[in-house]
Amino acid sequence: MTYRNDPYDPKQVALLDPDALAGAVADAEQAFAAAADPDALTALRPAHLGDRSPVSLARREIGALPPAAKSDAGKRVNEARRAIEAGYAARAEVLEREQAERVLVTERVDVTLPYDRRPRGARHPLSTLMEQISDLFVGMGYEVAEGPEVELEWTNFDALNIPADHPARGLMDTFHIAPPPGAESSGLVLRTHTSPVQARTMLTRRPPIYVVVPGRVYRTDELDATHAPVFHQVEGLVVDRGITMAHLRGTLDHFARAMFGEGAKTRWRPHYFPFTEPSAEFDVWFPEHRDGPRWVEWGGCGMVNPRVLRACGIDPEVYSGFAFGMGIDRTVMFRHGVSDMRDMAEGDVRFTRAFGAGA
Amino acid sequence: MRVSVSWLREYVDLPADLPADDLEQALVDLGIEVESIVDLRATVTGALVVGEVLEIEELTGFKKPIRFCRVDVGAANGTGEPQEIVCGARNFAPGDRVVVILPGGVLPGGFAIGARKTYGRNSHGMICSAKELGLGDDHSGIIVLPEDVKALPGDDARPVVGLDDVVVEVEITPDRGYALSVRGIARELAHALGVPFRDPGLAPAPAGTAEPAYPVEVRDTVGCDRFVARMVRGVDPKASTPGWMRQRLTVAGVRSISLAVDVTNYVMLELGQPMHAFDADRISGPLVVRRAEAGEKLTTLDGVARTLTAEDMVICDDSGPISLAAVMGGETSEVLASTTDVLFEAAHWDPVMVGRTARRHKLFSEAAKRWERGVDPALALVAVERAVRLLTEHAGGIAGAEILDLDHVRPRTPVVLPADLPSRRVGVTYSPERVVSLLEQVGCHVTRGTDRLGEDPGAAGTPAAGGADVLTVVPPTWRPDLTDPADLVEEVVRLDGYDRVPSVLPTAPPGRGLTWQQRRRRAVARSLAERGYVEVLAHPFVAGELADLLGLPADDPRRPAVRVANPLSEEEPLLRTTLLGPLLGILKRNLGRGHRDVALYEIGTVFHPRPGVGAPPAMGVDRRPTDAEFAAADAVVPDQPRHVAAVLTGDVEPAGWWGAGRPAGWADAVEAGRVVLAAADVPADRVEVRAAEYAPWHPGRCAELLVDGTVVGHAGELHPAVVAALELPRRTSAMELDLDALPPAPVAPAPTVSGFPPALIDVALVVDERVPAAEVQRALVEGAGELLEGVRLFDVYASEQLGAGRRSLAYKLTFRAPDRTLTVEEAVAARDAAVARAAERFGATLRGA
Repeated sequence: MTYRNDPYDPKQVALLDPDALAGAVADAEQAFAAAADPDALTALRPAHLGDRSPVSLARREIGALPPAAKSDAGKRVNEARRAIEAGYAARAEVLEREQAERVLVTERVDVTLPYDRRPRGARHPLSTLMEQISDLFVGMGYEVAEGPEVELEWTNFDALNIPADHPARGLMDTFHIAPPPGAESSGLVLRTHTSPVQARTMLTRRPPIYVVVPGRVYRTDELDATHAPVFHQVEGLVVDRGITMAHLRGTLDHFARAMFGEGAKTRWRPHYFPFTEPSAEFDVWFPEHRDGPRWVEWGGCGMVNPRVLRACGIDPEVYSGFAFGMGIDRTVMFRHGVSDMRDMAEGDVRFTRAFGAGA
Repeated sequence: MRVSVSWLREYVDLPADLPADDLEQALVDLGIEVESIVDLRATVTGALVVGEVLEIEELTGFKKPIRFCRVDVGAANGTGEPQEIVCGARNFAPGDRVVVILPGGVLPGGFAIGARKTYGRNSHGMICSAKELGLGDDHSGIIVLPEDVKALPGDDARPVVGLDDVVVEVEITPDRGYALSVRGIARELAHALGVPFRDPGLAPAPAGTAEPAYPVEVRDTVGCDRFVARMVRGVDPKASTPGWMRQRLTVAGVRSISLAVDVTNYVMLELGQPMHAFDADRISGPLVVRRAEAGEKLTTLDGVARTLTAEDMVICDDSGPISLAAVMGGETSEVLASTTDVLFEAAHWDPVMVGRTARRHKLFSEAAKRWERGVDPALALVAVERAVRLLTEHAGGIAGAEILDLDHVRPRTPVVLPADLPSRRVGVTYSPERVVSLLEQVGCHVTRGTDRLGEDPGAAGTPAAGGADVLTVVPPTWRPDLTDPADLVEEVVRLDGYDRVPSVLPTAPPGRGLTWQQRRRRAVARSLAERGYVEVLAHPFVAGELADLLGLPADDPRRPAVRVANPLSEEEPLLRTTLLGPLLGILKRNLGRGHRDVALYEIGTVFHPRPGVGAPPAMGVDRRPTDAEFAAADAVVPDQPRHVAAVLTGDVEPAGWWGAGRPAGWADAVEAGRVVLAAADVPADRVEVRAAEYAPWHPGRCAELLVDGTVVGHAGELHPAVVAALELPRRTSAMELDLDALPPAPVAPAPTVSGFPPALIDVALVVDERVPAAEVQRALVEGAGELLEGVRLFDVYASEQLGAGRRSLAYKLTFRAPDRTLTVEEAVAARDAAVARAAERFGATLRGA
């Protein structure tokens, strides 16, 4: 390439000198690298990319060049400017990332601080266990039946084949309700078991009957480590065609496994209950017992006595049934290793809280 | 009942080396609960030997007389020298043979015997009482061996005192009276173990004679359907009870009294037939068995003078009642140390009569216990024969030839049992032969087929059996409990084995799940627990004074209460009419145990008597009561609505690193009520909360909660006087709601959820401070119209600037349209309409306006 060099003054275009542009780029990079945070970097921008920055001034000088040199010089200026922009952006990204990380560090808290600002409440283990058992049977198609706690003697005793002068009545230490003025007897008791609900159910429903009855019952026992005047039972009643003791066993086995795991099993001992015949007490094999795997007395059961069916208007020639029941307080005691019955009655929040909200 | 195995072995051939566990299992498998099995051979360890007292030196100067004895124990002590023993008992003399435990031995209860210095002397061992050996409760003195006992000093004393036996204690269910005897338990063991049994109840006994042993007239053959008597004359009054008999009585817990009385008790334990021995010289004139006259008096053997009723039965002579029949004899005719002529009586009494008499007189004697549970009516002659033989064998005398037997026992009604009923009820296939064989094993007389049946099981839907498949069963006399086919089914499955019943899960028809009330109760319980309340299950017994402590007005419906006739505590004879009493009691117990911030809840029943009702009508059990009969009875049952209540005190939010705590107060209690209603799915727009005055709440801090205009409960801070009376912390707050009063939850209509932006406008209204915020809010809602999506009170403020008796209520109003973005003009117009309604109704002015 040949052209004349005379017409322009090199002093007027010093900034367009390749070395000068390279210097401007190097200065900028050095300055950017020295910026400690995004704000410092932003403050450097006018000096290196602003109107008075070397690359901006250099661009103005292009006009002074001969036409043939303009294109070449413009390219050099643009390259220099792009390099400075790129340096700025790269540095900005680094600094912003560093700053974000610094914020995360400075905002750190002690996540182990307790925040029990709204203390949790709890459900009573007896309530939750009764619900669990009810749910198990509801899942099998049973319904949950209920009845009053102050109950007719007739439903609590007579209808269940416990006549007034039968020794079995004496075995249940009964709270009697005081008679109204002038009467000899009120005919009312605090129910001694959940079984009067059997009578009420059979009086109001037609077979097939499949019910489970959770509830509170009463006996005149002073409160001590193993007795309570107020305790809880769950019982089941089935009345249908062709019901046998085998069905009773099947139901109790299923119940035991659902409650105590697949390893659970039941064992029967002949017993006497006026409202069932044949009758049995049953034990459950409880592998997780606090004192090692063992049989635990769990409840009573049997085939509904035809006399009970008759008193409740169900034809014992057509229908048969079974009933079973167990103490829920006792069940909670051996299942959870509660050694003192009073813990369940006294309502100390420390005891109940240990059981949580009860799933 | 406690019985020694050696006695059982007289009638059942138990294996010689029957382990205690097997014995227990055999009894349990047949329905006899085993309380304990004690091998007496293992209860005393070390040298327990017969000793002969050689010398007694009385030691004085102590609080009680003490004896220093030299006792010949043969070679048992290794030296042959007399054993020197200090003894506190005084019922022995030199020459007596006693039971000595030598140093190194251990008595029941782990009481180790050593050589020790006591009362200034060295004592080498101990002379034992029956109680110390675990042989009964007799601790009145040491055991002195009777003369007829053959034992030399140094012999092992265990066989001599009956410590070579095994004692079984069993619990008998009320249906099986016959098992309250050696006879019954031996029979059951024979069934369980398949070993031979010799029934002492079927032992031969002479029948009644035409000539009576004593003139007796039974005037009530329903109360007494059998009366057997026989005389033994000329017995040696000094004859003592043989040691073996005394031991067996002791094991059974029966005190030895005199030979004649011991014999009656022995026979009762052995056969199950309660008996009585009269001193024939102390009765005069013929005996009459009759109902007592009301008010008649009798002093029974326990020394108690009793007034009889017309239901009791008595045995009388010329002097009047001499025995409370079947329950306890009388003092005037009892056998004495001088008695030579003994009249034995064995009768059969009506179990219901005996039970009622026993309960009425609180006389639960061993005899009454057996009568109530049923005694074999065929036993009387056998029992008398056994008693006569035992008495004459040990006390001489001549048994009278005359035997009285007034027998009005009616024959048992046979039980008709379809032969397949056991299979159908149990779910195990028993052949008719198997059923017959098992029933015969328990003593039934079974014939197959019947011609007297009017019943047709086929008509009732059970698989009909031909005549050949019906069994006619006459149960044995000792099983009065076998009256129904179901009883026989139990015998079959019991003897065949409960463990043979298979496990089959029945299929229930589809159920409907929990009722809405049951689901609601659970939701309420869980919501309160999640809100920080701890569930309790309080006992419902309350004191009569509680109503006063709670400040209930005289006519408050919570004052009339159901009263327990036999409360555990005379101080708490009533059933709660509000959950708060017992719940506050539990709150207080928690505070007493050092808890400061306590929030509790309970869901439970309260009890309201039905005013003016009497006793329920009598209903039988031979048929279903009619609906009207049962409804009439049910109308007597107290109203028992289910309530929910919560109480709280201290801080609901504790102080912490986040800042100060927040004390519990009236607002938390009211909120608990709202939580309950929300959990019960009662729509908020049907709930109203307004100020109320209702005990036991603070009249200025009590809210009543209404649903559809009906009051369903109350909440707020308790009255300061109540808090003081119950000694609770100030500001204790409470809520109680009648869950049964809540209507079922409706099917909730879905709201229109608009996607357009809301317009938010705050308004501060200045109103009279007595205007309830809830009503101001209702006015705003009404006035704002349909564009109002939400309203929330965010500030309550009073100041001098506002003026006395005024306050500012600041609400945040959210407006939104379902179909467009609201213009400012629209939102402002709606706000103005809302404010205008509040202004119109309560004179509310916009603050700053």
